[in-house]
Amino acid sequence: MESHILVVDDSAAIRKILQRVLRQTGMIVGEIYEAGDGQEALEAIKTKSVSLVLSDINMPKMDGLQLLAALKNSPAWRTIPVVMITTEGGETKVAEAVRLGAAGYVRKPFTAEQIKEKLAGILEPAVQL
Amino acid sequence: MNLKEFIVDSVNQSVLQVFSTMLGVELAPGTATFEDAKPDIDCEVFSLIGLAGSWAGAGSVNCSAALACRVCANMLMTEATAVNEEVLDAVAELTNMIVGNVKTELESKLGPLGLSIPTVVYGRNFRTKTAGTGDWISVRFNWDGDYLTVKLCLAPKDQGARHHVHLFDEPGVAAG
Repeated sequence: MESHILVVDDSAAIRKILQRVLRQTGMIVGEIYEAGDGQEALEAIKTKSVSLVLSDINMPKMDGLQLLAALKNSPAWRTIPVVMITTEGGETKVAEAVRLGAAGYVRKPFTAEQIKEKLAGILEPAVQL
Repeated sequence: MNLKEFIVDSVNQSVLQVFSTMLGVELAPGTATFEDAKPDIDCEVFSLIGLAGSWAGAGSVNCSAALACRVCANMLMTEATAVNEEVLDAVAELTNMIVGNVKTELESKLGPLGLSIPTVVYGRNFRTKTAGTGDWISVRFNWDGDYLTVKLCLAPKDQGARHHVHLFDEPGVAAG
């Protein structure tokens, strides 16, 4: 089954890079949606079928941790896995993301291989071995 | 290793890692200098990000327009011949990653620090100035004869730096 992914980052550059990387993971990826902050992400989730969220932490309006908390507090959306992709490597932010229920954490700068490893077990592989 | 040396080491590690991972470019370690809060006048693209916590200040990345376009082209695997929104966004993200990784290293010595959203200024006739008492630690990297400079200014919170960008004769473009 195809996975529809929502990429949340205030940087259009990072959204573009993640679009490219996700297409190269070898996973079954359907639509890739984009949002520039947590508020836009919540609006997108209301109207689209999203099976995975990749989110930055530091963003204007609503940051990634607030978005994560909102999703995990919602009965409709709490099962959507959220992977944080951010420059925030401090133990406080990592611990907070884990406490709130993040499915994983990738630090920027990242390689395509790191994204692929993190998503293994979350997304379905394109070819069953 | 004192704090200045630690910051220089962190900046070098961060820049080399970000360039290698995100741009596919292997740079040599940069040359460090220590400056007082004098204005910056030798750049076309200037990107600034704030740091806050028990210590406060700012980090900046500055470079020529040509180097900014190369950053964008390598990072996004696209063509970039003139500074536009995409180029400014790429430089903003480069700054976020470089200073963000330095911040993470610094937290082991200075405690938790917050990182602001980056702001990028593009133009020719502007100068920047930081209010406050902190000195700048500047590390300059050579990329095929063009230069990218990373600067960091940090001081205990009550002496924290505030950065200003002054635009002169020609209007610039700011994104952030």
